[in-house]
Amino acid sequence: MATARAAHGLDSGQLLLICAAGMLTVAGISHTAAVGLADSQVAIGFGVLIAAGELARLTMPGNREVAPVSTAAALGYALLLDVGGRPADHSALQVVAVMSVGMIAGGLPHLAVGRPPRLDAMARRLLAGSLLAFAYRPLAGPLRRVALEGDWWPALGVMAVLSAVMLTADVVIAAMLRAEQVRTAFRVAVRDEIRMGGPLGAAVAASGMLLVLASHSMDMTALPAFAAPLLVTQVAFRKYAGIRATYLQTVRALSRVTEVGGYVEPGHSRRVSQLALAIGRELGMSEPQLLELEYAALMHDIGQLSLRDPIPGGATVLTDPAQARRIAELGAEVIRKTGVLHGVAEIVERQCDPVGDSPPAASRIIKAANAYDDLVGGSTDRDRAAAALERLRLDGGAEYDPAVVEAMARVVDRLVLVTRL
Amino acid sequence: MRELPWPAKVYFVALIGTAGFLLARSVTMPKWYDQVEWSRLIVLALLFLVCESVPTLLNVPQAAVSVSYSAALAAVVLVGPLGAALVGLMAVVSVRPGLPVVKRLFNGAQFVICGYAAGWAFTLAGGTVGLPEITDFPGIIVPYGAATAAFVAINFMLTAIILLLVAGVGRNQVSLRGIVQFLGSIVGYATFGLLIAGLWATVQSISTVLVLLPLFVARWALGHYHAEQRSYDATIAALCQAVETKDYYTRGHCTRVSAASSMIAEEIGMGTERLRAIRYAGMLHDVGKLGVPTKVLQKDGDLTEEEFAAIQLHPMRGLEIVRGIDFLDEAFAGIMHHHERHDGKGYPMGLAGSEIPEFARIIAVADAFDSMTSDRAYRKAKPVDVAVAELRKNAGTQFDPVMVGTFIKALSRDGWNPPEAVPAPPDDAVETTAKDHDDPTTPIQVVSER
Repeated sequence: MATARAAHGLDSGQLLLICAAGMLTVAGISHTAAVGLADSQVAIGFGVLIAAGELARLTMPGNREVAPVSTAAALGYALLLDVGGRPADHSALQVVAVMSVGMIAGGLPHLAVGRPPRLDAMARRLLAGSLLAFAYRPLAGPLRRVALEGDWWPALGVMAVLSAVMLTADVVIAAMLRAEQVRTAFRVAVRDEIRMGGPLGAAVAASGMLLVLASHSMDMTALPAFAAPLLVTQVAFRKYAGIRATYLQTVRALSRVTEVGGYVEPGHSRRVSQLALAIGRELGMSEPQLLELEYAALMHDIGQLSLRDPIPGGATVLTDPAQARRIAELGAEVIRKTGVLHGVAEIVERQCDPVGDSPPAASRIIKAANAYDDLVGGSTDRDRAAAALERLRLDGGAEYDPAVVEAMARVVDRLVLVTRL
Repeated sequence: MRELPWPAKVYFVALIGTAGFLLARSVTMPKWYDQVEWSRLIVLALLFLVCESVPTLLNVPQAAVSVSYSAALAAVVLVGPLGAALVGLMAVVSVRPGLPVVKRLFNGAQFVICGYAAGWAFTLAGGTVGLPEITDFPGIIVPYGAATAAFVAINFMLTAIILLLVAGVGRNQVSLRGIVQFLGSIVGYATFGLLIAGLWATVQSISTVLVLLPLFVARWALGHYHAEQRSYDATIAALCQAVETKDYYTRGHCTRVSAASSMIAEEIGMGTERLRAIRYAGMLHDVGKLGVPTKVLQKDGDLTEEEFAAIQLHPMRGLEIVRGIDFLDEAFAGIMHHHERHDGKGYPMGLAGSEIPEFARIIAVADAFDSMTSDRAYRKAKPVDVAVAELRKNAGTQFDPVMVGTFIKALSRDGWNPPEAVPAPPDDAVETTAKDHDDPTTPIQVVSER
């Protein structure tokens, strides 16, 4: 999906963001070049840490690129009061310059091995850091005077509040981009972003503040010492992201065994899951719900593996209802054996239920998506799609949920348009 | 305590005696009370208690190292040897329900000893106990490093001795890679201690909260990681079994091949990452079999060349299915080449000897072994020793002799649970096959159609 999006280019929100970040970068670097780098040793130290963090960026579930070490270092540099007692008087624009140079330097090795940067994610990181720098740098002087007299509370309080504001702004920007990208409701996107980014954001903000304090009492030793807590966090998140990705890939891959075995048309599970996901987003489902929906949609035909012979053509919309129900039950049984995917098993089990039995929303979506794909297949023909939709509508709300069918009509309309263009 | 062997008991008593003696000696010194910064000690002791109550999961469960290292090491700098020892003593009262008193006492005693050792090492290497000044950095790293080294070395030694005395941890359980990871995490945790000590001058006890927050987030992520990992393993096993339900007799084949493959891999000393990869490869090696038409597998008598070609295609089909998964490349090679033969007469590519990827050589042995020791429609399961003899006979022609030898060694040590006898299928409701492409004792006969 990521590649498909890349092929279609960036959407307007992303472009705007990248342009803003680009302009900021130019402004920061040219300003710093004009007035000279204040306290160059410190700037270089933080720049190196930012570059290292950028080098170690990782992709979290939901194709979200994050660079916690880089972000924390940028936060630390933006919030810096003094280094071993020497006041840190760099301007907000210098923060922007150090950040952007560090990020570009850290991104180059990735580029060299053929992994192009996600410009929108980089732009977001840069903007969030700059925002904080512009809000905080003017306050740095007064806060430092109070802090060096021994009272660190005002400084810590301001840092915490501004970091929280920055994180919120970042979440809102991310949610706006995401809402546009995957076409989900903004409010759902905000909830998803908070759930995914909250813990990591808290860790990053705490580390940034830690870095400020450490720079005060440990001088430049703070930088290497500080890398440790974030490294531990980073390793943990990398492992988590890795297994999540492998999990999804594995279910996607193994859902294809039904095709190889000749039980269903080639590509059926994949198409049904993509259509189901799009409908789920249209109906405002949250990310965990969408994940269950995707798993269930991919495995909705797995019960056929327990059948003696493949049903010719495999189209379950055309087989008799008892048979379809049997397949759904067998499939649920298989999934239940995992001992973990109970929600998915329930969705698969009830995928044939008529609307009157009030099955879960995901089951209703899969039922409609499955029927649509059975009727249309991989075809992108407009008339065929319209005919299939008409047939689902004619059912009149007994078998297929009208809300789902309408959401599907909108999704299909969009998909057909995209393939035509 | 009662079930411990006597050397362990002696060791245990000696350890507690030493710890008690060291503490008593400090406490009987004049004015010891004034030498300790009690407020720092209490905060660090609390921190230690919190950390000790959430031990990080490590490879060897008995030797779990927890973040409490950091608190003890911070105490070395801030409060001195006695402080570090008192902080370590908190291990006795850690909030871990079900932890026996014996273990609590042991942990407490060894942390006391480690604390003293680290404290002395710190002073010997030129460190001064108390709040570190800005001018102490970066010079403080040397004595702090010495303290860490002393703490870890003694902690490791004391724990290793008790593990040896009690159970005898096997050679394979502690790999080189594991030790490197272990050392890495120690350096990480030691740095936390330095951060706590360094920040104390600025924000006192708040430093512990700031240091702990990222740590707890890391633990949160690690917890999720382990949950996902377990869930993933269960899912992949269930899906593979679903693929097998079609054939009545081969049920459970994938999980057993996976187990046998990882036995061999462990025996030849593979690292964690590769071990995991071969477990999955063993599990998934036959997913492509679903592409073989049922009538070919059910056919009595010889196959035509065309039908045999369908069977020969299944490793490629399997590879095609799993290629989208982010496994190690070796796992894919293992799936693709698990029917190659040592003499080069296998399929799909006819590789020979060392040309065959290591994973494939391992899976081939495990695959044939499980096939022979399971019931088939056309014969009963063979006993393990007959199957082993068969593997030996074919070593050098069909199988890699090294892998066969390794497998037999692992088998004789760990044993093998062959699948239970499969009752004859009740009626023709289930499918049985007349052929098993994995069975070396009854190779598939092919007739030429000319």
